[in-house]
Amino acid sequence: MASAPTSKYNSHSLENESIKRTSRDGVNRDVGETLPRLPGEIRITDKEVIYICPFNGPIKGRVYITNYRLYLRSLETDSALILDVPLGVISRIEKMGGATSRGENSYGLDITCKDLRNLRFALKQEGHSRRDMFEILTRYAFPLAHSLPIFAFLNEEKFNVDGWTVYNPVEEYRRQGLPNHHWRITFINKCYKLCDTYPALLVVPYRASDEDLRRVATFRSRNRIPATGGGYESDDVYHNAELFFLDIHNIHVMRESLKKVKDIVYPNVEESHWLSSLESTHWLEHIKLVLTGAIQVADRVSSGKSSVVVHCSDGWDRTAQLTSLAMLMLDSFYRSIEGFEILVQKEWISFGHKFASRIGHGDKNHADADRSPIFLQFIDCVWQMSKQFPTAFEFNERFLITILDHLYSCRFGTFLYNCESAREKQKVTERTVSLWSLINSNKDKFKNPFYTKEINRVLYPVASMRHLELWVNYYIRWNPRIKQQQPNPVEQRYMELLALRDEYIKRLDELQLANSAKLSDPSASPSSPSQMMPHVQTHF
Amino acid sequence: MGGAPAASAGGRCERPPLLPRVAATQGGGMLGKGVVGGGGGTKAPKPSFVSYVRPEEIHTNEKEATEKEVTLHLLPGEQLLCEANTVLKCVQEDSCQRGIYGRLVCTDFKIAFLGDDESALDNDETQFKNKVIGENDITLHCVDQIYGVFDEKKKTLFGQLKKYPEKLVIHCKDLRVFHFCLRYTKEEEVKRIVSGIIHHTQAPKLLKRLFLFSYATAARNSPATDPKKHAVMFDTLQDWCRELERTKGNMKYKAVSVNEGYKVCERLPAYFVVPAPLLEEDIEFFQGRGIPIWCWSCHNGCALLKMSALPKEQDDSMSQIQKNFSDRIYRTVHRPPYETAKTEDLSSNFLSLQEIQMAYSKFKQLFLIDNSTEFWDTDIKWFSLLESSSWLDIIRRCLKKAVEIIECLEAQNMNVLLLEDNASDLCCLVSSLAQVMMDPHCRTVFGFQSLVQKEWVMGGHCFLDRCNHLRQSDKEEVPVFLLFLDCVWQLVHQHPPAFEFTETYLTVLSDSLYIPIFSTFFFNSPHQKDMNVGKESQDSQSRPLNLLTVWDWSVQFEPKAQTLLTNPLYVEKPKLEKVQRKGTHFKHQRQLSLPLTQSKSSPKRGFFREETDHLIKNLLGKRISKLINSSEELQDGFREFYDGWHSRPPSYQGLLLPHLEGPEIKVWAQRYLRWIPEAQILGGGGVATMSKLLEMIEEVQRLQEKIEARHHSQEALQAEAASPPRTSGRLSSLFPFALLQRHSSKPVLPTSGWKALGDEDDLAKREDEFVDLGDV
Repeated sequence: MASAPTSKYNSHSLENESIKRTSRDGVNRDVGETLPRLPGEIRITDKEVIYICPFNGPIKGRVYITNYRLYLRSLETDSALILDVPLGVISRIEKMGGATSRGENSYGLDITCKDLRNLRFALKQEGHSRRDMFEILTRYAFPLAHSLPIFAFLNEEKFNVDGWTVYNPVEEYRRQGLPNHHWRITFINKCYKLCDTYPALLVVPYRASDEDLRRVATFRSRNRIPATGGGYESDDVYHNAELFFLDIHNIHVMRESLKKVKDIVYPNVEESHWLSSLESTHWLEHIKLVLTGAIQVADRVSSGKSSVVVHCSDGWDRTAQLTSLAMLMLDSFYRSIEGFEILVQKEWISFGHKFASRIGHGDKNHADADRSPIFLQFIDCVWQMSKQFPTAFEFNERFLITILDHLYSCRFGTFLYNCESAREKQKVTERTVSLWSLINSNKDKFKNPFYTKEINRVLYPVASMRHLELWVNYYIRWNPRIKQQQPNPVEQRYMELLALRDEYIKRLDELQLANSAKLSDPSASPSSPSQMMPHVQTHF
Repeated sequence: MGGAPAASAGGRCERPPLLPRVAATQGGGMLGKGVVGGGGGTKAPKPSFVSYVRPEEIHTNEKEATEKEVTLHLLPGEQLLCEANTVLKCVQEDSCQRGIYGRLVCTDFKIAFLGDDESALDNDETQFKNKVIGENDITLHCVDQIYGVFDEKKKTLFGQLKKYPEKLVIHCKDLRVFHFCLRYTKEEEVKRIVSGIIHHTQAPKLLKRLFLFSYATAARNSPATDPKKHAVMFDTLQDWCRELERTKGNMKYKAVSVNEGYKVCERLPAYFVVPAPLLEEDIEFFQGRGIPIWCWSCHNGCALLKMSALPKEQDDSMSQIQKNFSDRIYRTVHRPPYETAKTEDLSSNFLSLQEIQMAYSKFKQLFLIDNSTEFWDTDIKWFSLLESSSWLDIIRRCLKKAVEIIECLEAQNMNVLLLEDNASDLCCLVSSLAQVMMDPHCRTVFGFQSLVQKEWVMGGHCFLDRCNHLRQSDKEEVPVFLLFLDCVWQLVHQHPPAFEFTETYLTVLSDSLYIPIFSTFFFNSPHQKDMNVGKESQDSQSRPLNLLTVWDWSVQFEPKAQTLLTNPLYVEKPKLEKVQRKGTHFKHQRQLSLPLTQSKSSPKRGFFREETDHLIKNLLGKRISKLINSSEELQDGFREFYDGWHSRPPSYQGLLLPHLEGPEIKVWAQRYLRWIPEAQILGGGGVATMSKLLEMIEEVQRLQEKIEARHHSQEALQAEAASPPRTSGRLSSLFPFALLQRHSSKPVLPTSGWKALGDEDDLAKREDEFVDLGDV
């Protein structure tokens, strides 16, 4: 597998990926129109529109709408433009221009997306094409308001790996050496009676009886009792607690900050005042503070052999960020692809980060004050870490971007709903496909070739603005002028060398065979292939 | 070794010295010997120049030398001037300070600190050790600013001091910061070392007193490599002819020797290139001013030219003469086979030297950080601090200007004439940047070094003044060459496979600006160099002085370290091309250059008149119209050209353009952050992937050798001494520069990123997001 350098890395846009993927999956395509469709995806309508590209100006095209995506293909010969946008990404649809609008292309739709871009289509004023398109889009982009199912429940994709089996709480606790004489497993929350936003299975301090937990629960917001994050030893987590205050702001501040990021990168990137504009968004400052908090937590855990209780008001935003980042710093297992999936599954999904409220899946209320890019901020922190330690993570940037794309797409059930109990009620694991199925059945694409497994390595990123960067490949990926070199030349060269190495090893093996055939005593050969290259590390 | 052991970690300056130096007597009997590097022989070289050393210093020197020549490495010709003992060098480590006791010395070449625990350095990452400048050496020219700490207050030190500081803080031009605590040093030694350092680094110097000459005199007999091995020096007519041939410029341009012996002017080199029809007397008329001088020819025949402006004349008759002259020159050049020329007036429409100076002096302060607190205090405001320095914006403007010029040459088929008062600052910068982008030869080590020789050294860039080597005028100190290197770094960073050299190469080149054993950056012009070397040779009635060129990297680095200067990602020219090139002798790789727009021959004859007028206006100093640049049409052409290039996959052996957008212009972290321990990422950064790549290259090579060995002899199996794999361990992200190895894996924590919870009100205001740290 090392010999197959990924020939086309291309942009990290969801479009390209799904095109490639669907063709590989043998997905249906409308004959002659090459509209990619997932199993279970139904075509609703198509319209001739002018796509007002913010970079190249108006482009005539045909837009297709299915119950999963908006797909646009240019009708102009000199443009190969294709837009492929899952409807889940849409946060808001607005009509622009009225019956009296005069200017060219001033009548149409303006679509705001959750992934930092806007799509503008100009339509003909006559007929009802705009009204049709608006209604259909609204219906399928915001199914909740129309008593329609989210697409994940209609998706009939099949993968050869089942992503739902990735995370098994008992097994994961066992990997961490739990339960032990400090911590025990409890089924107190079996039917989500104690706390409906916590998972059914919990690890709690050994000496805390179930009765204690019930009593504590009544004092805490929504009955969220303290439970383990990293699972580190402690005698008494509540004793001698040192209170540190982190300057991390609330979810509303984060939402506004991301809006400002969009303002400076879409559609045009600030040029000469780029740095002060970037600073004025405070986005990286928030990243810095989250990382700093996580380092602090991780440092306490690793140096003092003490436990850390991380809490915020509800324990589902800041807590999830800090615990999962600290775990990523301390435990190299979480830096593997599966480890990271487990981390997300456990600390975010299972412990009740309110994905539905924060993202607003299928919900039309774009101004909902509960929405906030908390999970995006976490993924950004992970990206910053992987940038600082480019050999420490098994996954690559594309892995992170794919996770973020499907955070919104509604193609998979992974990020749906606010907590485990709601998910169980909806039978999410039975009725939807897991994002990890997609990723794990095609792992090579998401692997970092430089990954070097170092089991006991603790990673502390430098939480300084000198090292933090705006994640250009994610936030500015729609701008064709800002194109990072893909593939990265160091990576490309490395892949070539890996291929060369494998070829040489093969050739040496062949020579070896030829030699031993000639020699009467095969043991005279001093080195078998495996002895010969004892130092060759397998990077995959 | 004995002596006062280094104060252990955590020990601050308060700790008194344990013992007077025992080691001081160890070296007894080594009188005058010293450890002399280079080819200096064992005899202490006799100074052959007027020395700054005052008699009492020489006395000190001899007295102390008996005891302490053990670890002081002196170059040939280097003289110890003064020294102080039991100086405590403060080292920042893991955000706590520790100190190392030792001796602080000042020679006529450097300030050096000789620490007592020098042995600790041996197991360090010494792979990249500089043979000339040690970790604790600061050449006198590298000193930027000296501060004294008096009762916790930092003050700039200069001139005669009334009071001596308890701590000396030295900011270096390569951005190192040294803290020397003098609290335990004898008073008279403090006086001597402080005033010595201030005097030798800050007092104006005469050119003849540069260490360059004492070194060259002392090392006269050591074999120097032929500089031509490392670069084309452009000090012969032949070199220019070859360059013309290489770029196919020889049809329209000719190399002239009219300035041999600097008869015409001292500003220009002895040999240079002008348009073929230009007459010698034209060159002489205004001492080489007002005539186009060739820099480089593009594959389509268009050339990059430069011109120094004519003196501004008040006198009407004189200005009439100037006008007639310019008119005539212009007509000579401006008819076929010459393309229309676009004039770029760099003195009026572009950056000013003051802007560059101001920007850099703000910018460098961001990296001259005294302690951890300062680092974290400035962290939140980092981006706006960076922006307010304007340094990155200046880089962007330079790169953009080069792209504009390239667009003219490549897409519009026009000659470009760069105009500047002396044609020796921004002309050098813009012209060499354009060449780096257009000519892949300039992206090889040899080609780049030749380019610097051609455009900067022979182009008469006043290195001596711009680096303020003689401390004669701070006003003249402008880092134009450093700006060029930073622009090149942006290109290297954006397109790594296109360059044969690495960022480390650029970093050590920038450091070499301050090492006065190389002549390259220590003269204002080739004339000045020749005069001074010539005179010296008459005095000493032997061969002329053999000044070293910076391009011989073996002077500074061992072969192993030199490998870090070449880029493993470099995509070499196809083999065939190489052979061909040899055959045709420096053939310019025109076919490799990416043709972007169809070359439309545009003999805009109508344009001619206005152009002439414009040129004349400029030459006469009446820069009324800003013309050309502001034309909308040209801006559109630029956009199209720029976007067009970037929409194609880059061709590393052809035209190379930079990205100019905000997020693409970055801080050259290796140069600027390398000495800041807080900025280190242990085992991280681009170094981590690069070292994996190098490991893989070595492994592939090893396998290759094995296969070959097996093909040749099947018996020789035993002979394969399997070379041990590189155990590179964990390198710092600032490798190869970060010498401070952090010993623990403790995280570097911002000191101001959070605050311990103070008053309750604050908590209420700030929401309830906090972290309990159960400390048990």
